[in-house]
Amino acid sequence: MKKLLIALMTTTAALSVAVTAEAADKLKACWVYTGPIGDFGYSYQHDQGRLQVEKELGDKVETAYLENVSEGPDADRAFERLAREGCKIIFGTSFGFMDPEVKIAKKFPKVMFEHATGYKTADNLGIYNARFYEGRYVLGQIAAKESKSGVAGYIVSFPIPEVVMGINSFMLGAQSINPNFKAKIVWVNSWFDPGKEADAAKALFDQGADIIVQHTDSTAALQVAEERKLHGFGQSSDMIKFAPHAQLTSLTDEWGPYYVSRVKAALDGTWKPDNVWLGIKDGAVKLAPFTNMPDDVKAMAEATTKKIADGWNPFTGPIAKQDGTPWLKDGEVADDGTLLGMNFYVKGVDDKLPQ
Amino acid sequence: MDITVNILLTVATAATPLLIAAIGELVVERSGVLNLGVEGMMIMGAVGGFGAGYLTGSPWIGLLAAIAMGALFSLLFAIMTLSLATNQVATGLSLTLLGLGLSGMMGTNFVGQPGQRLPNLDIPGLTSIPVVGRLLFGQDPIFYISIALTAAVMWFLFKTRKGLTLRSIGDSHSSAHALGIQVIRYRYLSVVFGGACAGLAGGHLSLVYTPQWVENMTAGRGWIALALVVFASWRPWRVLAGAYIFGAVWIGQLHAQAFGIPVPSQMLSSLPYLATIVVLVLISRNKRLTMMNTPASLGQPFVPDR
Repeated sequence: MKKLLIALMTTTAALSVAVTAEAADKLKACWVYTGPIGDFGYSYQHDQGRLQVEKELGDKVETAYLENVSEGPDADRAFERLAREGCKIIFGTSFGFMDPEVKIAKKFPKVMFEHATGYKTADNLGIYNARFYEGRYVLGQIAAKESKSGVAGYIVSFPIPEVVMGINSFMLGAQSINPNFKAKIVWVNSWFDPGKEADAAKALFDQGADIIVQHTDSTAALQVAEERKLHGFGQSSDMIKFAPHAQLTSLTDEWGPYYVSRVKAALDGTWKPDNVWLGIKDGAVKLAPFTNMPDDVKAMAEATTKKIADGWNPFTGPIAKQDGTPWLKDGEVADDGTLLGMNFYVKGVDDKLPQ
Repeated sequence: MDITVNILLTVATAATPLLIAAIGELVVERSGVLNLGVEGMMIMGAVGGFGAGYLTGSPWIGLLAAIAMGALFSLLFAIMTLSLATNQVATGLSLTLLGLGLSGMMGTNFVGQPGQRLPNLDIPGLTSIPVVGRLLFGQDPIFYISIALTAAVMWFLFKTRKGLTLRSIGDSHSSAHALGIQVIRYRYLSVVFGGACAGLAGGHLSLVYTPQWVENMTAGRGWIALALVVFASWRPWRVLAGAYIFGAVWIGQLHAQAFGIPVPSQMLSSLPYLATIVVLVLISRNKRLTMMNTPASLGQPFVPDR
């Protein structure tokens, strides 16, 4: 037994030397995901970005990733492990990795850190995010045009600013077409539980909604829409294969170009911590082809997408808060800080925001 | 009326996988073995069922594959705990971890592919009867299997000699062994039956509930099934009641939210767990009966002395 152990230890030591030797030639870029890369949603899309880096810079970089890392203190170890294993640039892809990354970035000043959807930075920690709300405004307009009952069902995960911003933008879009448009909101308190998402979709349809919108990751809700011969929107990736007759469009994330540019900067030695919020115009937020809708609705959706790409912000006044108090004056545009901390509904949302 | 029928159908779909996995685990625990690997066996059934259905184009082959996958995976647990007498709790937990990881690896190529769905029962003339037609004759095949399974397990455990033997092993494997009963053999069969049930429950998820494959798609349902068995104090009909109470409150809270009832959603989300525990604890409040139903040698390894 002792001999076996020694033999094992020697092999492990030899292996780790081999790995380091190889890593010395190439830049090691690493990712930390909160979900499994097989979720066909949020983490999957980030991993597609990583694969694009491998494809485009494959001879100069080596990539690694950790999936299913819980948000919170447990993430400390994930980031520390990657930093110790020789990762030169590390991307943390979920909001809950913010504090762990800040902590570990301080410990490893020579490693470059990037954090998605957060707001804390450091000398070696940059942040990046995508303006998903831009796409949600377009979804709102399509929903208002396509819905016969004037009611959409909206499945959401957790009451964080990202999600609240999405609901508000969707409602602003919908009400720009039909001022009486309503959305029924169901919080499933989970990013990922296909069964629960399907159940929520069924409940919403049973209560009169005829279009489903989601801010959760699986294809389950769209599949229910397909079964009921109603419509809905995909999320994170193009889900048309799951709902060929039901999907109107899908709000997808494209992280690839950003990751490639950042890893390139790290290779050239020009990397600096940055704070970027990418939108439709940067290609980070994309809408899948508009399908299952009449041509005029499609034309409208395309026009709105273009308008946003040209710089128009869906959060442009006049906009009142849910209780009717004015928020933005005519022509006033919401600043990014307010949006990133959004914890209130705009007028017309028929729900009480969980605190 | 239509909405009531729809809600009842949704409740049945939500309760079915819990019921099947829990009924299987109940038999395992009645034989004195604690298998905490339900979640792992379930997810293996889900990936096996989806994979076979996707590759062959037949959801029925998928259904069989789900059962086989769960059974096969539980065999691993059986060999470890019964033949090698390892710690059941540790082995069961590792089975869950292994299942979650292995299924993710096996399913890599199935991600993002639409799968096969088992068709609902459709009997001309009967399914179209208003209200009761769809409830009684229009559900998915696994729903009927789950009800039949519960009845069969009740009958087997409490009305047959073999069932009595199985229960006696769970109460005292040493006495059963002394009487010449083949303890290990009974336990092997129970564990594999439990595995097959968990696999079938997983197959329900990937072939009926949400016909797709994604990692971790069981989302903790195996653990709920495990808890149901304990809170139902190892009685099949209580497991049935527990699964349906859970399903009903689960669906009910979603409807309450959609309806706009001003109760915090976090509170509503925890209701199914609370309600199920409260109800099952109330019906199991007779201490003497509960003691009688608890398998006394649950979780203890058994090494026959020859």
